[in-house]
Amino acid sequence: MSAQVDPGERPVDELPALDAADVARYSRHLILDEVGVEGQRRLKGGSVLCIGTGGLGSPLLMYLAAAGVGRIGIVDFDVVDESNLQRQVIHGTAAVGRPKLESARARILDINPRCQVDLHPVALKADNALEILAPYDVIVDGTDNFPTRYLVNDACVLLGKPNVYGSIFKFEGQASVFNYRGGPQYRDLYPEPPPPGLVPSCAEGGVLGILPGVIGCIQATETVKILLGKGTSLSGRLLLYDALNMRFREMRLRRDPDAPAITELIDYEQFCGIPGAHAEPPAEPFRRQGPREVADRLAAGWDPLWIDVRKPAEWEIARIGRAQLFVPHEQILAGWTPDLPRDRPVLLQCKSGGRSALAAEALARAGFTNLTNLEGGILGWGREIEPGLPAY
Amino acid sequence: MPVTVHIPTALRAYTEKQAAVSVEGDTVDAALQALTTTYGGLERHLRGPDGKLRSFVNVYLGDEDIRFLPEKGATALAPGAELSIVPSIAGGAR
Repeated sequence: MSAQVDPGERPVDELPALDAADVARYSRHLILDEVGVEGQRRLKGGSVLCIGTGGLGSPLLMYLAAAGVGRIGIVDFDVVDESNLQRQVIHGTAAVGRPKLESARARILDINPRCQVDLHPVALKADNALEILAPYDVIVDGTDNFPTRYLVNDACVLLGKPNVYGSIFKFEGQASVFNYRGGPQYRDLYPEPPPPGLVPSCAEGGVLGILPGVIGCIQATETVKILLGKGTSLSGRLLLYDALNMRFREMRLRRDPDAPAITELIDYEQFCGIPGAHAEPPAEPFRRQGPREVADRLAAGWDPLWIDVRKPAEWEIARIGRAQLFVPHEQILAGWTPDLPRDRPVLLQCKSGGRSALAAEALARAGFTNLTNLEGGILGWGREIEPGLPAY
Repeated sequence: MPVTVHIPTALRAYTEKQAAVSVEGDTVDAALQALTTTYGGLERHLRGPDGKLRSFVNVYLGDEDIRFLPEKGATALAPGAELSIVPSIAGGAR
């Protein structure tokens, strides 16, 4: 299926020449034996598509532009939010409210006006992915969700393109190179995604702002090495980074001989939302209700014990007046229970509904039988019921 | 014999915030069983209803994925063996 050219092996006579301005700008590369004039020409003739201009994409795009990669494509449809600035360093304060693509392009061209920047202001989907990925030598996965990660992987496998992988959570990062020179791909690492809700997102779990900088720079390094065709890539290895304990570890990654072949793109929302029998969690021992339903029940006289399970720092930002107890969800997971009859109604609430669902599950294990999770959390409550609540 | 199990951030809520715990076990499976017996909240995250390891959670003995060991979970553990649980994470952009 692959007519993909390995960019590190592109014939030298097909590479663009360097002019005087290139020589001046890239002199520190040119004196490296492993780059040199030929390598810099490979970078100039190289093309990279980065999916996402968030935490991982930010440092990656800036370094690829500075390194002299000739053509950079970016896929994103989001706008810059104030809460992005803690880690998405390609975007500045003045860019808040603007499309991320425009903000990223301005920064890239400020770093290197000779870079060709292609903007793809779309959500990557099964029906547009192959067309968008096809023109590029290397694909970089800087996304934030499982459906897009599996989509990017499968499209890279079908097109025969290397996929430079990075992923982060709280203080931990993972990086690897997939589908490169016959090496393993994402599905060899994780055949299936977790069911929705089991793993908190960064918006829910938080992330150290510098963490994506480290992982994004590792992705940029691997991307440049693939374009140069030099060094030993991360293909076949999973790099694990623990920022809190400042520890790098490496695991072996192999091709799974039992993995089904990827022959076409599928419905990735369905793939990630309706997991197969192996991934199906048991029926949940609690009820899920949105802000409107909960408000209606309260108005009708329902009187649950309302437990806010967020962290103290979050309680200080915003809280719902009806909340009676404040117990971080980690304490509940560690075994804390309210001193109440097990059949007393309990309502659990967090920021957007993820941690409180884990807490509800823990209380169910402790024997509580009348549990409700506030879907959407305090953010949903603010949107639907109490508009004055600060969103964060 | 005691073996060390490295716990990822996402699951430390179930191990009293410990990044590594020590459990007894002569094989990979026995050590994982001891782990989920001691820390019950981990069970649902590590194993599906069929009792098998979930396909989005990998367990490594040293640096080798146990799926690719000839004896898989029945692999014997040497003194001082280290197991690592490495779940799928997706964050990056938001």
